[in-house]
Amino acid sequence: MITDFMKAKKIFSRVLYYIFALFLAFLICVPFFWMVVTSIKTNGAVMLLPVEWIPKQPSLDAYRKLFSIENFWSSVANSFYISVFCTVLRILCAAMAAFALAKIKFRGSKVLFSVFITALMIPPQTTFIPLFIIMGKLNLLNNLNAFLFLQMFNAFAIFMLYQKMQTINDAFIEAATIDGAGMWRIFFQIILPLCPGTLATLAILSFMDLWNDYLLPLVLLTDRANYTLPLILNSMQGQYSNQYNLMMAGSLLSIIPILIVYICAQKYFKEGLTVGGVKG
Amino acid sequence: MKHSRTSGFFVALPFLLPSLIGFLVFSAIPIIATLLISLTNWDGLSQLTLTSDFQGFMKDYFIGVDNYKEIFTSTEFYQVLTNTLKFVILYIPLMIVISLCIAGILNSKARGVGFFRVVYYIPVITSWVAGSLIWRWALNPQYGIVNAILSAVGIQGPQWLQSPQWAMPAIVLASIWKDMGYFGLMLLSGLQGINHDYYEAAEIDGAGKVKRFFKITLPLLTPTLFFVLIIGMINSFQIFPQVMIMTPDGGPGGSTMVMVERIYKYGFTYYKMGTASALSWILFLIIMVLTFVQIKLQKRWVNYDN
Repeated sequence: MITDFMKAKKIFSRVLYYIFALFLAFLICVPFFWMVVTSIKTNGAVMLLPVEWIPKQPSLDAYRKLFSIENFWSSVANSFYISVFCTVLRILCAAMAAFALAKIKFRGSKVLFSVFITALMIPPQTTFIPLFIIMGKLNLLNNLNAFLFLQMFNAFAIFMLYQKMQTINDAFIEAATIDGAGMWRIFFQIILPLCPGTLATLAILSFMDLWNDYLLPLVLLTDRANYTLPLILNSMQGQYSNQYNLMMAGSLLSIIPILIVYICAQKYFKEGLTVGGVKG
Repeated sequence: MKHSRTSGFFVALPFLLPSLIGFLVFSAIPIIATLLISLTNWDGLSQLTLTSDFQGFMKDYFIGVDNYKEIFTSTEFYQVLTNTLKFVILYIPLMIVISLCIAGILNSKARGVGFFRVVYYIPVITSWVAGSLIWRWALNPQYGIVNAILSAVGIQGPQWLQSPQWAMPAIVLASIWKDMGYFGLMLLSGLQGINHDYYEAAEIDGAGKVKRFFKITLPLLTPTLFFVLIIGMINSFQIFPQVMIMTPDGGPGGSTMVMVERIYKYGFTYYKMGTASALSWILFLIIMVLTFVQIKLQKRWVNYDN
């Protein structure tokens, strides 16, 4: 009797668990479902009442039109260019700084580290006006390479790599020095290969940040030919204000690369989040 | 390492150089430049003076703290604060409750947890531009799916983004959808950090599930909860893409005017770089204060824990 009751109670709580978890998943997916459905509607079907949950005549019109929009493909290329090269540069510069701060002893290294970390408190939302001016002075306005220069310093990446490099035993470095290796060789051949997890986590988080970025491209890129994908999507709502099938097709395509990265690199997201929690 | 402390610096310098330059040019100088520009009535168009002659620039445009005075005496600034406050009041409690639910769901050993984990996190990895466009369309009063669902259960949906009362709640809705996975996973790592012995001891003492949640889980989760609260507050002051894209021009009746949106407007639509910079500095100070509160209290929590 008692065991039966316990069993029933357990099954009941399991069922309740799944109902709740699935309901939440359903709520999260409704907007995505709506995006996909709208993207395969014709322009006429978008504005039909009652609302068509499943399009009666699915069509790829929106995608065809999207691909022919001026600068659509160049914006995809620009987004890839920025996301890939900026990620590499960001990590390289941060790793160099982290190596110097964690593994080379010099006066003031602790202070410098604290100063760098303080920069975590300066969000880009508070400095984009002077950044716009500085980029103008450097002749980098409306130039994709402006984003490469911005990667020279990244406090978060330095912080993460510093934490990791501190755990590396100095004996590795000493042995290499005795063998006559210079600091650059030590950096590239010993230190970097010892932190693959942190590097991968950072690479994925950076790629995602850069691919999705909106504010800085909006401020620094003015010519349509230099737009990134989010900017093209943003401009579509003015240009094709009622063609929601087009905008949803664009949104869907912009999510796909990130989704692929996300699903392939699950465990790094988990790691990044726990470290990210220290970010403050 | 065997380098002496001074020569060590020259060994380190080449490695530090990019970060040092980047820090100076793109972090330190901008924050100081913001402060200086905030004391001027510069229009952002006559750029040349800034490099050729800094003193001349300050002489030509310096107006003291007039921008700040103007901001603090304008009704618009208080509307911005009220709008942000509205956002905070709706966003923070809802977000915390829902992300606690997510953390609870993901903390189970049930089959399929991995699937839920992936699904709950998808909005987080979605760009705000895509997310805002999706929500803008989903919240379309006539043709959108939200009101279609509501009317299916017999509720007449509001005008959402076109209504001064509902525009901000709509922004909150989209923001919670976007952020709850992030905070959920953060709280999950907090949950997983709680020592299991406490639960076992409580179970032996006969404490029920509800009691265990309120007497063990919640108190031991407070550091993480507090962290989430502060990050949530900081986020609330920084909202931008969703506001810009879902409700252009500050929303109906200015109901979604917020800090970053105003900074952008003043800088790049009205060309009032002084006002934009003053607003930037006010925002910077608000975020600094919140961050310091976080750091101070975090230290205290850590002691509690041990």
